[in-house]
Amino acid sequence: MAETTHSTTLLPPVSRRGFLFTLGLALNAAAAALFAVPVVGFLFSPARRLAEQAWVPLGPIASFPEGQTRLAAYRNPFVQPWDGETANVPCWVRRIAGAKFQVFAINCAHLGCPVRWFPESGLFMCPCHGGVYYADGSRASGPPPRGLFEYRYRIEGDQLWVRGGELPTLSEPV
Amino acid sequence: MRLLTLIRDWLEQRAGLGKPIREAATHAVPSTSASWWYVFGSATLVVFVLQVVSGICLATVYAPSANDAWTSLERLNHEIPLGWFLRALHGWGSNFMVALVVVHMVQVFLFGAHKYPRELTWMVGVVLLLMTLGMAFTGQIMRFDQDAYWGLGIGASIAGRTPLVGRPLVHLLLGGPIIAGATLSRFFTLHVFVIPAVLMALVGLHLLLVLRLGINEWPMPGRVVSRETYRREYEDLVHADGVPFFPDAAKKDMVFAGLVILALVSCAAIFGPIGPGGRPDPTIIDTQPSPDFFFLWIYSALALLPAYLETVLLLTVPPAAILFLLALPLLAGTGEKSWRRRPVAVLSVVMIFLTIGSLTYLGTFAPWSPVMDAWSALPTPDVYLKDRSPLELQGAVLVQAKQCRNCHSLGGEGGRRGPALDDVATRLTRDQLIRQVLQGGGEMPAYGKNLSPAEVTALVSFLETLHPPGLEPARDASESAKR
Repeated sequence: MAETTHSTTLLPPVSRRGFLFTLGLALNAAAAALFAVPVVGFLFSPARRLAEQAWVPLGPIASFPEGQTRLAAYRNPFVQPWDGETANVPCWVRRIAGAKFQVFAINCAHLGCPVRWFPESGLFMCPCHGGVYYADGSRASGPPPRGLFEYRYRIEGDQLWVRGGELPTLSEPV
Repeated sequence: MRLLTLIRDWLEQRAGLGKPIREAATHAVPSTSASWWYVFGSATLVVFVLQVVSGICLATVYAPSANDAWTSLERLNHEIPLGWFLRALHGWGSNFMVALVVVHMVQVFLFGAHKYPRELTWMVGVVLLLMTLGMAFTGQIMRFDQDAYWGLGIGASIAGRTPLVGRPLVHLLLGGPIIAGATLSRFFTLHVFVIPAVLMALVGLHLLLVLRLGINEWPMPGRVVSRETYRREYEDLVHADGVPFFPDAAKKDMVFAGLVILALVSCAAIFGPIGPGGRPDPTIIDTQPSPDFFFLWIYSALALLPAYLETVLLLTVPPAAILFLLALPLLAGTGEKSWRRRPVAVLSVVMIFLTIGSLTYLGTFAPWSPVMDAWSALPTPDVYLKDRSPLELQGAVLVQAKQCRNCHSLGGEGGRRGPALDDVATRLTRDQLIRQVLQGGGEMPAYGKNLSPAEVTALVSFLETLHPPGLEPARDASESAKR
């Protein structure tokens, strides 16, 4: 009688084969996790590094005459040796007067195509889907949901600096 | 000959593959399936195999680095013997494969082959379609030129519209905060390792399912699919009226695949390699980015979607469409198979093709884009300058100089963003013209800040002369009433 109670209250006896199978499962689950976590972390690492902007020089302010808008380019501050030409990032510099500037990203606020400046009509036009902006970057017509993206800028000595290095999009307008 | 038999027997005793292969090749299919309509799937597979071969060849030279990719493609085109031909084969092979996948899918759908019990075969096929389009898009990125660079920008900008996770998503897509070497490496990995591996595995599963469930019989109007009886009916059909797949059905597949390869090789030899276009230097902004033919309809849709709906549609329609395609055999998995008894199915196909076709057609000339050099490249037609006063001629100069023609055409030449100006005077009175120029309106920017009062007077005087002979210019009705 006592023996029956004993066998029902305890776990069923573990056989050597059953134990090895369970051990195999557990070991492989642990190993898979050990392998998978770094792989996923590695692949997703670009999504975690967010603060990727830095101050970069655009050139002497004397090269931007007052009242004009000119094309300038900076070198990506986070450049790798194999980036080649893609590390040259263009932007439009509008010198309103004196130390007052506007630095626009080249990328249309619609879908990122390169906008072109037409001084005669005072408009930026986009070649992809027909977005048009006024000289101050505000939206004039077409599909863009907002005006041109503007870089933060500062003047140090005679140099114009902008905070660049990231592709401006609607979720991160520079 | 005896030696060959010896080798075959030696292999057969060990691997034993001969029997299952023979059985698979000669399995019975309905005699109605040995049809010219059933040749597109096998042709797609043949082109895929060719893509793998030509792709491996190109990978022996291609340098997947942002600094060198473009140069290595130019080297393939111009220096390495037959490099141009391999690039042409791979590029045209991509076009052929997308076309064949689409034709195959439409045929399968119209013949009701997605219905019970072949639902999973269809679902795997939908993923294969997506993977094929994925190969086409990433392949375009491999051709690391201006179009590829700005195409990546468009992809990133769409990703950037995602709420909450937009920014990390952009960084994940680009492999960093901006398009650079890491971006090309990511897309190279997708194009060369990840997507091909998925494609191969799923093609295997797709074929296995076709073998297991049998090739779809020719759909007869009135022969309705039901879950209870279909399998038995199919077995009876194959038993009574079956032919061995090889050679009875396969001979048509072979002929068609041969013709496809001939056409592909001819296209490659005649039209040559596709691109690369200009160097992937973002500071060369004098560019007109546009995608390859098969994505032109998306490019058009992006230009034509109403701005207030764009983000919502961009983020919801593609997943919804994919889910719908996947779920299709679950929603309509039984019933009539024949296209003759499925008007909704036929109309849907026609509608989808009309939509994609019209958008593609619009995409080939992109009327929504300003013609960037119209103002300096296209002279004002002589007829509009005859017998004009000096003030009006001054206005004609301003139409050119102020880039009006980037968006408005004269004599059929110029942008098509705005209405043609040839008969603008019949539509707008002098006051309306002045208002439109100064304040803009509709899709037209306001020019008030960029025109002096004298310039506006000259410009409008010229525009007032633009009406066809015999058609009076528009006039203000209230003015004549006052008189």
